[in-house]
Amino acid sequence: MLSCILSGPLRSRLASFLSFSHQPSNPMPKDFLKHARDRYDVVVIGSGLAGLTSANILARQGRSVLLLEQHYKLGGMATWFKRPGGHIFDISLHGFPFGMVKSCRRYWSQEIADSIVQLDGVRFDNPMFSMWTSFTREDFTNQLIEKFGLAEEKVTAFFDKARSMNFYDDQAMTTRELFDEFFPGREDVIRLLMEPITYANGSTLEDPAISYGIVFSNFMSKGVFTFQGGTDKLIHQMEAELKKSGVDIAIKCDATKINIAGEKVVSVEIDAKGATHTILCDAVVSNANIRQTIFDLVGEEKFDRGFIDDAKAVRLNNSSTQVYMALQEDERLDVKELGDLLFSSTAPTFETEALLSRDITSRTFSFYYPKTRPHAPPRCLIVSSTNANYHDWADLPEDEYAASKKDLCETTLDALDKYVPNIRERVVHVEASTPRSFKHYTHHPSGASFGTKFEGLAVSRALPQQITGLYHAGSVGIIMSGWLGAMNYGVIVANEVDSQLMNNNSRSTGDVERSIVDDVAAS
Amino acid sequence: MTTTDIKKEILDILEVIAPDEDLTNLDDAVNFRDQLELDSMDFLDIVMELRKRHRVQVPEDDYIQLASMNSTVAFLEPLMKDIVKA
Repeated sequence: MLSCILSGPLRSRLASFLSFSHQPSNPMPKDFLKHARDRYDVVVIGSGLAGLTSANILARQGRSVLLLEQHYKLGGMATWFKRPGGHIFDISLHGFPFGMVKSCRRYWSQEIADSIVQLDGVRFDNPMFSMWTSFTREDFTNQLIEKFGLAEEKVTAFFDKARSMNFYDDQAMTTRELFDEFFPGREDVIRLLMEPITYANGSTLEDPAISYGIVFSNFMSKGVFTFQGGTDKLIHQMEAELKKSGVDIAIKCDATKINIAGEKVVSVEIDAKGATHTILCDAVVSNANIRQTIFDLVGEEKFDRGFIDDAKAVRLNNSSTQVYMALQEDERLDVKELGDLLFSSTAPTFETEALLSRDITSRTFSFYYPKTRPHAPPRCLIVSSTNANYHDWADLPEDEYAASKKDLCETTLDALDKYVPNIRERVVHVEASTPRSFKHYTHHPSGASFGTKFEGLAVSRALPQQITGLYHAGSVGIIMSGWLGAMNYGVIVANEVDSQLMNNNSRSTGDVERSIVDDVAAS
Repeated sequence: MTTTDIKKEILDILEVIAPDEDLTNLDDAVNFRDQLELDSMDFLDIVMELRKRHRVQVPEDDYIQLASMNSTVAFLEPLMKDIVKA
């Protein structure tokens, strides 16, 4: 009765007063899982590109799927942020291989695939060489012959070797050994071939040659591509597709525990900020880091000791720092002059340790022009990325941390001035992220921005043999990293989950059968 | 399903997963990979479509049986012969 009389602002004011009187310091928390069901065939933990794609495929295969994301935005590392003045910064939209067109069309939609466009140009500038490239096999071959003076047969043989590599090949050979076989003593050639891949997935000369060969060949097939409209458009389109496929999406929901009974996954415990829930399920696809999945979400006592030894030996990839710079509204940069990607370095030679050092000598600049978001107000932005060690940043006292971030911004502007003259007068906004920022937003241990080293893949693949219904899909093993790798790994894992659910005669398929029986009985 | 039905179904699945490919002159005896631009993800897609459409399971060890049209049909025939064509 009271609710009939009191309406509009007065009623809501009273309601807020009432709730306030119970919880003087907190507004009513929202339960982000309020509308979720009690049980799903699959719970997907994390909405990076692997988690998103797994969820979409499984729902399309007819499975009931709950997708959980601890952050308020979907996308994981495929993310963006806005700053006043119409500036939108992309975190990881630097460029991906052509294979994304096919994967987006097949696992998402034609509309999403249609937004993928090739970059105009990639540039290198370092003490050894300075060059432009379309980043294709054809262009690399020409330049390696003409500019670097290599024999054509050698270059062809190298490309063929890299292209023929696959996952089942010998893993003992390192990338350094591969290069030494074809281009001994040519540190300049190694730099050209390696530097972009190191920025793409954090791999080093000490990693297995096959991981290099597979990723490098993917890029070299047709060049480097990007998503027109920006990361925000991509993720919003994916969210719409997920809803169409029937996935239940819950943001601000942090999975805290995967419950196991009789060596099988039975449920997931979720902190939904306003409440805690236990959701029953037959399978879990964890898009959290593989180590977190094993040690935090499940608990090592649930696995064989041999498996745990392998899991403990999995090395995380490095983290990153980035500096985000927005140019004044009317300032324009020219893509013909700067390119889309610039691998710049002042280090005399290419070395893994130098790339990770806090004494930064190498930066990858991603230039974003109005063409990135043709339908938004025209803006020019620059993101500078550098690989970094978490431990160099983790324990800094707050004042030192703030000073280091400021120094990172200043030295980046200094370095950029060579390419964009008077950059300091032309920027309106500059800020930095560090390994601590990456850890904060993604919850990845040590802020790892490229998942794990090679051995992580085998551990990820072996999870379901340890516990029925437990799967991991995310950046592992270098190969399954980056936008394309993560997306395709999500599909590979979704296929396995779907297969297992069918063999187990999961309840939802049972429901389908029952409804068919019901239909027949009714007719 | 007869072997003709199964072949038609595989062609239909190929059309969905490789829309850019011309399938009219496909040689049933030759490996798909030698005639079409298919990668391992495409074969995974065939496996998932078969499971979705017909509840047919192709174990990972048998993916190799999907090399050509003839080998695919021969492999699927015992698994699909009792399926009633929609």
